[in-house]
Amino acid sequence: MLIVRCPYCGDRPEIEFRHAGEAHIVRPADPDALTDAGWADFLYNRTNSRGLHRERWRHTHGCGRFFNAVRDTVSDFFLATYKTGDPKPDLGTLEKGSRA
Amino acid sequence: MKHSIFTLFSQAISGHQGWPAQWRDPAPKSAYDVVIVGAGGHGLATAYYLAKEHGITNVAVLEKGWLGGGNTGRNTTIIRSNYLWDESAAIYDHALKLWEGLSRELNYNVMFSPRGVLMLAHTVHDIQVFKRHVHANRLNGVDNEWLTPEQCKAFCPPLNISRDMRYPVLGGALQRRGGAARHDAVAWGYARGADGFGVDIIQNCEVTAIRRDASGAVAGVETTRGEIRAKKVGVVASGHTSVIMAMGGIRMPLESFPLQALVSEPVKPVFPCVVMSNTIHAYISQSDKGELVIGAGTDVYTSYSQRGALHVTTHTIEAICELFPMFRRLRMLRNWGGIVDVTPDRSPIIGKTPVPGLYVNCGWGTGGFKATPGSGHVFADTIANDRPHPINAPFSLERFREGVLIDEAAAAAVAH
Repeated sequence: MLIVRCPYCGDRPEIEFRHAGEAHIVRPADPDALTDAGWADFLYNRTNSRGLHRERWRHTHGCGRFFNAVRDTVSDFFLATYKTGDPKPDLGTLEKGSRA
Repeated sequence: MKHSIFTLFSQAISGHQGWPAQWRDPAPKSAYDVVIVGAGGHGLATAYYLAKEHGITNVAVLEKGWLGGGNTGRNTTIIRSNYLWDESAAIYDHALKLWEGLSRELNYNVMFSPRGVLMLAHTVHDIQVFKRHVHANRLNGVDNEWLTPEQCKAFCPPLNISRDMRYPVLGGALQRRGGAARHDAVAWGYARGADGFGVDIIQNCEVTAIRRDASGAVAGVETTRGEIRAKKVGVVASGHTSVIMAMGGIRMPLESFPLQALVSEPVKPVFPCVVMSNTIHAYISQSDKGELVIGAGTDVYTSYSQRGALHVTTHTIEAICELFPMFRRLRMLRNWGGIVDVTPDRSPIIGKTPVPGLYVNCGWGTGGFKATPGSGHVFADTIANDRPHPINAPFSLERFREGVLIDEAAAAAVAH
């Protein structure tokens, strides 16, 4: 079982959390102007990274809040978690550093 | 060498020392007519049918590991075709009909065993969904029948139909033509068959880039064993499809999750059929070696780790122990994970892509093994003729843009 660091509550076991998909997918600013291909990209297409991946988690059985994480999808190792709205961490620096 | 009772007998009296290698281990040539990326069951079947049905034998199947070492060797080998929608029934039943003659077709014993697949209903919602499936399947000519709990017990005696369980068995849907097959033998049989037609199966050869010409069409692939030119490239890389397609500049509607399975110590024949319980995530059958083959639900986060979380398998084992109390003291021998590529509508993607000459067959998610022969058959037809076969036409990549989804997410009766 993974230990996930909730930015609000600290280190907690994985079963307290729900994975909530890829992070930083921005809702279209002008939906009327969006093409069908644009909608498909927003709704369905995913980066599905092999390696460092930015994703959303929700501390369902804790504070209940969403937050973002950077996880290596090959090792499942969390490199960072950060609050929703915080700037994206730079993947290059994370890769060199240890767990933030 | 053609396999028969006579070759078996002659090999037996010479101490089984004379069996030839079943396929060659060729070095990659500089160019092929078609390159298939991924030597799992689907990729090898594609190469086999390209050679046999379309006469295209200048084909390479590239595999970064060893053939059949991905999801082909990691699944729980359940075969059925009782899907809800017409499009799904067509492709899965096409596959099931090919399964029925596959050992003879390949001259290779794939141990297809149509022992019946029983899907258990535990809630009122399950009952309604499964009965809807039974009727939809009947209209599509696919066998599927509703059983009462007592009939389920008669069909599968180890089953606990007590009302005192957390999720009592309220009935089940049985597809008698469904069953299981030997997963390795499917990969080996197709590999031997394709090799016999002159197809090169190249293992330990990882694709690192897709080359395109000035017009944007596919020109070949770069691999860890050098560059290989080809006008047509078919990607059949299951959980790693997003990675390969990104090399061609295409974002896919896929997410990759670990799916875990485990086997018990071998015991004498005790379990006569395949039982699936989607509501409580338990999939079980007994292999010819005697091991119980048990499948879990997908893990909760995307990953390429080919492992999974212990609490996911624990959940499945608890369900198995409640449904089949006689297995409570059985020890588990091995567990593992495979990486499955899941689409938003839980239906596969088979067809052309925006890049000319690049074809994709992916998105089989948690249930690709059952489709292996049909998938390879229609994908070979798609590549050979540069247009989708009628059976896989609805499973295009464009359906996500056009909104024509084939929504088996709820309909596949799998609780996602």
